[in-house]
Amino acid sequence: MEQSFLADYGITLMVFLPLVGAAIMMMVPGKNEEAHKTIALATTVITGIIGGWMVVDFYRLGSAKWSELSYLIDRPWINIINARYTVAVDGISVPLIALTLLVVPLVIVYSWNHIPQPGNTKAFLMLTLVLHTGMLGSFVAQDLVLFFVFFEVVLLPMYFMIGVWGGENRLYAAIKFFLFTLFGSALMLVSFLALYWVTGGTTFNMVGLAEAVQSNDVKLSTQVLIFAGMFLGFGIKVPMFPFHTWLPDAHTQAPTQGSVILAAVLLKLGTYGFIRIAIQILPEASIKWAPWIGLLAVIGIIYGALGCLAQTDMKRLIAFSSVAHMGYVMLGIATMTDFGLNAAIFGMVAHGLITGLLFFVAGSIKERYHTLEIKRLGGLLISAPRMGWILGLATMASLGLPGLAGFWGEFPAILAAYSPQEGISVGLFRVYMVVAAIGTVLAAGYLLWLLQRTAFGRPSEEFENDPAITDVVPTEWIAWVPLLALIVLLGFVPGLIFDMTDGPVTVLTDALAAAGK
Amino acid sequence: MFAYAASLLAQVTLEPFNRPAIDWHAVAPELVLLAAGALITIIDLVGLERVRKLMPTLTSFAFLAALIPVLTLWSQEDELPRSLFDGAYVVDRYSLVLKGLFLLTGYVIALLSTNYMSEGDYYDSEFYQLIAASILGMLVMSSSRDLISIFVALELISIPAYLMAAWRKRDLRSNEAGLKYMLMGVFASAILLYGMSLLYGLAGSTKLVDIAAALSIGESKPLITLAIVFSVIGFGFKVSAVPFHTWAPDTYEGAPTPLTAFLAVASKAAGFVALMNVVIVAFPGQSDVVEPLMAVLAGVTMTVGNLIALRQTNLVRMLAYSGVAQAGYIMAPLAVYGTNVDRVPSAMVTYLVIYAAMNLGAFAVVIIAARKTGSAEISSYGGMFGYAPGLTLAMTMFLFSLAGIPPAGGWWAKFELFRVLTDGNRYLGIMLAIVLAVNSVIAAVYYLNITRQMWFLPTPDGDTSRIVTPPALQVALALTLLVTIVSGILPGLVSDISGSLQLALP
Repeated sequence: MEQSFLADYGITLMVFLPLVGAAIMMMVPGKNEEAHKTIALATTVITGIIGGWMVVDFYRLGSAKWSELSYLIDRPWINIINARYTVAVDGISVPLIALTLLVVPLVIVYSWNHIPQPGNTKAFLMLTLVLHTGMLGSFVAQDLVLFFVFFEVVLLPMYFMIGVWGGENRLYAAIKFFLFTLFGSALMLVSFLALYWVTGGTTFNMVGLAEAVQSNDVKLSTQVLIFAGMFLGFGIKVPMFPFHTWLPDAHTQAPTQGSVILAAVLLKLGTYGFIRIAIQILPEASIKWAPWIGLLAVIGIIYGALGCLAQTDMKRLIAFSSVAHMGYVMLGIATMTDFGLNAAIFGMVAHGLITGLLFFVAGSIKERYHTLEIKRLGGLLISAPRMGWILGLATMASLGLPGLAGFWGEFPAILAAYSPQEGISVGLFRVYMVVAAIGTVLAAGYLLWLLQRTAFGRPSEEFENDPAITDVVPTEWIAWVPLLALIVLLGFVPGLIFDMTDGPVTVLTDALAAAGK
Repeated sequence: MFAYAASLLAQVTLEPFNRPAIDWHAVAPELVLLAAGALITIIDLVGLERVRKLMPTLTSFAFLAALIPVLTLWSQEDELPRSLFDGAYVVDRYSLVLKGLFLLTGYVIALLSTNYMSEGDYYDSEFYQLIAASILGMLVMSSSRDLISIFVALELISIPAYLMAAWRKRDLRSNEAGLKYMLMGVFASAILLYGMSLLYGLAGSTKLVDIAAALSIGESKPLITLAIVFSVIGFGFKVSAVPFHTWAPDTYEGAPTPLTAFLAVASKAAGFVALMNVVIVAFPGQSDVVEPLMAVLAGVTMTVGNLIALRQTNLVRMLAYSGVAQAGYIMAPLAVYGTNVDRVPSAMVTYLVIYAAMNLGAFAVVIIAARKTGSAEISSYGGMFGYAPGLTLAMTMFLFSLAGIPPAGGWWAKFELFRVLTDGNRYLGIMLAIVLAVNSVIAAVYYLNITRQMWFLPTPDGDTSRIVTPPALQVALALTLLVTIVSGILPGLVSDISGSLQLALP
């Protein structure tokens, strides 16, 4: 009974419940802010319960099932182009779905007394819920057209979130974010269509296309071109160097909640797309592109780190550190090995938790100090000791300290570069490995420097006796503790994720190994 | 003398006139609308001032009443296509979808006009009668497969529109709008007639199928080319293709806004229907001439339209230029009709249906907003999110739909265009698809600019009183919004209706 409910409705319910919540909120007048907060929180919690039930159930299916698509729902959608409403989860998407299900309610809890200027709780929370649907939908879609629609749905609420509730320079940041992503996704759509036609125009199903590419013997040169279109679409979203320039602006200008969701989940849509779509469907082209992906990844690592060292604004610094961290994820993907891809998925989750927490803390600091200029901060451990410790733990996790989650994303990715997949230049990747290792040193440098300048020392005179600077308040505790706990838990028991991802990743790498020969 | 005339008359043996058999059911939509329109005119003449208030409602009913025979014809699918007058007038699924579209568009236009007309102190009864007449022309156009009936339909569509464009009698801009539109329209008609006369000269018949047969064996290629170019240019004016678009912005800005919506949606769609009928039925073997012509027209139209739209500060003018660009998109499939003729009508009709919904919706918002701000300047939309969140949300949906961003319907319309253009791997089609993709990004800039005003910027005059939306406009807004969203989320519903349309040959 349980099994069949989950299998028949579970995913659909999980994906669209937030939209239902948003629709209910639309009926309630905007003045009743408490009601809106309650509805939004209740919606995400119920979504989380259904999704969490599915995640637990999936876990109990056992490792043999983790590499298969579970809870598959497959219904006709647009018959004329053979696009179907196909949703399912497997070991690659479940960790990311769990991350999304966790982060969004936390963001809403945090919003309880942190609605950014200019207010309007109703619209803000409705957009968050729409975002929730878009993100969950992207992670469960197994059909390219469906994926494309969800991928675009994410774009709109984030655009408004930055543009309405953002900082000083929000208009520029919002438009830049939108146009960059739109450009990428337009080319991605052309790639999808090209893929559809070269495989005979029968299906948009991801698995079906992967088989069709093999059975139709699509020319390698065509594959490489199609991959290029996807590369742009996903690479901009990740973001990879040199398409990263929208990210620091978007992050810095977005409200705290927007930054957290952007860092924790949205960026993962790009890397997830690489693994789920580009590599799964076009393994041969992936091998050909791997050196270039790897190159841009290590440039991103170093460039992001150097960028961090040059920042004077705390939020901007964290944004640049995202560029570096996503560089590690992309390096893991570029190795095209079992080890590297597992590390990449772990890295996505770890980065989501850690950077999400960092943005939360930065938002709270901004609220108390009304500035994030690193020079003016200082002595956080004295004025708000608990927040100072949380910041300390998050930076330690971010720089990859063993025992915390960040370590398991970075270290195996670097290690995997030692012996990339067959067909990829080993020498080149060993160079990448060395460069990436230097990147970790730089990461330690800028993160410790950040911690030193903000948390250590004495508070500067202007903030010394400022009554606005209080320690962590209850809503912040509720929002942050789960993240902290998971960072530590995953640091000690990385198998929670690795075990689950290994099965489906092995299926991918088998195809990659065959393609590389 | 008289006797002589009588004897002459006696010599003439008159063939008894045999009325061709008429399938009354097939022409029922046109007849119902004709009868209803006449009835409205009579009621107006008899009732005068007392019935003025009823006019919009009665006109709406006329459109809905005419929709009933369309549905009954659709339900008897086995008997389609129905061919009348020796194949000059054909009722098939293609024409029924279009008739439904035109009638519903007419209904929405009547809703949009209700308050605009009664509050603006215009002659409102006549306005509705003229709209009904123009829509009647569109119904005829959908089924016409003959040069004469196409021309008559085109004039029946246009002449009421010339009058309505100048409806704001004491307004200089409206006079300019009407005059410009009429001069350009008459000029286009003359060119079209010249092209048609050449076609008639070549084929000896006005029926499109006969023309197709004659052209396929015709030797005089230069003459054929000339005939084709002239007829295409004639329709080019109607659909405001570049370089024949120059009337559009001034007419759009000067005309009453509901009429602008009418011109931008219904009248333009009718132009495309005429173009489709003529190109697909009469020129099937002439793709070597028509395709390059269409490709150039489409590419130039969308690019020029978008580039000029970027610089507009008035929302109605911006919509006019964006409409020019959209005309370029809609025309694009005709550049590959030689190989993909099976897909071209469905793609174009799908686009027209979704375009009608999103563009009428955008105009509905313009009309509603103008009730408060009294202006269509883009800057007057600043801060609307603060005092009219629902309206802002609706406008955002329409604009994203126009830009082709899911989940609003426009993405599916554009997807269908891409699908036709890339099918068959033709150089011309793929080049045009790339031009279209680049244009979509350009267009996104100016559509986004409106959302930027509405969501992000402060209200220019600080007046944040609520906007009151009268019921008629609420219905129009709800209807267009519903179609825009549903067609984006469940495109299957649209494609079930407009998905596999063919122009039935008599």
